[in-house]
Amino acid sequence: MNFDKEFDASGLSCPLPILKTKKALSDMASGQVLKLVATDCGAVKDMQAFADQTGNTLLATEEANGAYTFYMKKK
Amino acid sequence: MTTKKMAIIATKGTLDMAYPPFILASTAAALGYEVQVFFTFYGLQLLRKDLSTVMISPLANPAMPMPVPMPVMVQMLPGMESMATMMMKQKLKKHGVASLQELRDLCLEAEVKFIACQMTVDLFEFDKSEFIDNIEYGGAAMFLGFAGDTDICLFV
Repeated sequence: MNFDKEFDASGLSCPLPILKTKKALSDMASGQVLKLVATDCGAVKDMQAFADQTGNTLLATEEANGAYTFYMKKK
Repeated sequence: MTTKKMAIIATKGTLDMAYPPFILASTAAALGYEVQVFFTFYGLQLLRKDLSTVMISPLANPAMPMPVPMPVMVQMLPGMESMATMMMKQKLKKHGVASLQELRDLCLEAEVKFIACQMTVDLFEFDKSEFIDNIEYGGAAMFLGFAGDTDICLFV
């Protein structure tokens, strides 16, 4: 999947992946896609909840070798 | 969409009880909430510039997981509190949990409003210069003015 910005939140626990996502999105333009990698399994539900409550769109979640990759499209 | 609001009353000044208010406040702010945290009694310790004095005690804390079972008589020995705090901080770091300082900074960055209870500041004769700068001082009525209009209001 194409993306405009990415960052790695591997090793970080709740709520840091969410807080870092919010921060990363803040200087992006509407419609741009953020790729985020996290190893906190709680982030799977948290990221969806973040999207639901902020109006951003979680395009996809992928899992591989204990790491989760999220694609978040900015509102 | 109207902005959601959350208010938290933070009354505890130990390392374990400091996490919930800062985690919830920073996360709610990231979700777009307007957040205020009212620090009163021992919670005021969480507004100190220096957070290194915030500790956890195994005493009277039977739910705290210990590496080895430890009788209360041992827990009360000098230095046990410092040791428990050091071990807890190491554990938090190992698991990628943010430090209190980091979470507090993230709260402030996200414009979470911190209010220190003026009455408790006076009661304990705290010196305001020991607290971080970007906070307000107020009382119950001031807090309720905001809390009465919130979607979530918690007492920690």
